[in-house]
Amino acid sequence: MISPYPAVTLIVVLIGALTLAGGLVWAERRLLALWQDRYGPNRVGPFGLMQTLADMIKLFFKEDWIPPFADKWVFIMAPAIVMFTVLMSFVVVPFAPGMIISDLNIAVLFFLGMSSLGVYSIVLAGWSSDNKYALLGGMRAAAQMLSYEVFMGLSLMGTVLLAGSFDLVDIVNAQQHLWFVVPQFLGFVLFMIAGIAETRRLPFDLPESESEIVAGFHSEYSGMKFGMFFVGEYIGILLISSMITVLFFGGWQGPVLPGIVWYFIKTFFFLGFFILLRASLPRPRFDQLMDWGWKLMLPLALANLLVTGAVKLAFFR
Amino acid sequence: MLSVIRTLWDVFLHAFRKRVTIQYPEQKAYLSARYRGRIILSRDPEGGERCVACYLCAVACPVDCIALQATEDPTGRRYPEFFRINFSRCIFCGYCEEACPTYAIQLTPDLEMGEYNRQNMVYEKEHLLISGPGKYPDYNFWQVAGVKIGGKDKGEAEREAPPADLRNLLP
Repeated sequence: MISPYPAVTLIVVLIGALTLAGGLVWAERRLLALWQDRYGPNRVGPFGLMQTLADMIKLFFKEDWIPPFADKWVFIMAPAIVMFTVLMSFVVVPFAPGMIISDLNIAVLFFLGMSSLGVYSIVLAGWSSDNKYALLGGMRAAAQMLSYEVFMGLSLMGTVLLAGSFDLVDIVNAQQHLWFVVPQFLGFVLFMIAGIAETRRLPFDLPESESEIVAGFHSEYSGMKFGMFFVGEYIGILLISSMITVLFFGGWQGPVLPGIVWYFIKTFFFLGFFILLRASLPRPRFDQLMDWGWKLMLPLALANLLVTGAVKLAFFR
Repeated sequence: MLSVIRTLWDVFLHAFRKRVTIQYPEQKAYLSARYRGRIILSRDPEGGERCVACYLCAVACPVDCIALQATEDPTGRRYPEFFRINFSRCIFCGYCEEACPTYAIQLTPDLEMGEYNRQNMVYEKEHLLISGPGKYPDYNFWQVAGVKIGGKDKGEAEREAPPADLRNLLP
């Protein structure tokens, strides 16, 4: 089932993702402020809506400086990789019945593959900057993202088992009677935690570590390259929220409103939840983070998969 | 894990509390009457300048931002020829107000003194002098001092006895 106008859907999704990421910057600042007993930006436009635009204009005017000691082409390419992988992952997300750019029958694997490629951008950014703090940030990012990707894939396998296919449209359709969050609650929690670690959001933002290692892997980046990392991170959050709604919360299914509206309601709910996480949780130490990933999350993911497979085999032949 | 859920719920409830931001310039913070803001030179209740150019404020100032020159008017009353405060140096400590013997120099609860040009931060006497007595409405230094100026001879100040006539103190 491919939409009849794939080129139009492509442009719409591209512009929509970038616009939503810009709106998400505004929403994050306002929501963080709401939960911190203050106002966010409220001067620049009505309710501060033009603040993101003003910030983008400022970033465009910044001096685009590449450190002379940095590895030039890798330095330039690194932010592009993160944008590329995240936007590519949006190709397989179903927004509404029939509204999808490409209905791959291995969509889940494609999504996991793209998120693995995203690790490269951070590591290359940290390495090519030729800066101790950037390197530290890059190393931490590599370790964190690799470890949490392992059980991200495993937590998704439960939904794939229940739906019987890697195709995201089939997974959404299989949730007609019961959203997968109910039988796969543990998988949902694991995928959410892994998603937060993949997009390097608080509480897993050690690679960026605003107060610990200067700016982490993007210390040497300024101007629009930093803007690309920034916007790429927000599109990544958008992607993870979309994947959570598609895989566990029935995607576009809902009683009265059209499918696309339900999709957005659910995605925005999870975006708000990610922002709440940022507002409230402290940052764990790096060894605590790695311990958690390997010693707690991975066994739980394996157990989840084991039980799901056993139940499916025993009862739902 | 449960403490994490509790933290999330607690922070979420903050959405329903009042925000503590004061939206300047529509709302302004409360400044008490003794707030150490902009410096003024006051006048006594009769309308004359209180400042007697004694240089005590210039000496007390820890950053040397006060400059003045004393002179006398024809009736014998001292006053400053010029009085200059450089507000880009002033730290608003209030030592000058504490040092002043005539309650002339005072600090007021006004802090909106932003300028684009640093030269505009140097205030002259005409910028500092106000038409009222400021925080101390009843004090007139010249009425309690024993100095002879126009309109008041020696012995005619408040609470002052007239000078003893040496030539009449015969046993």
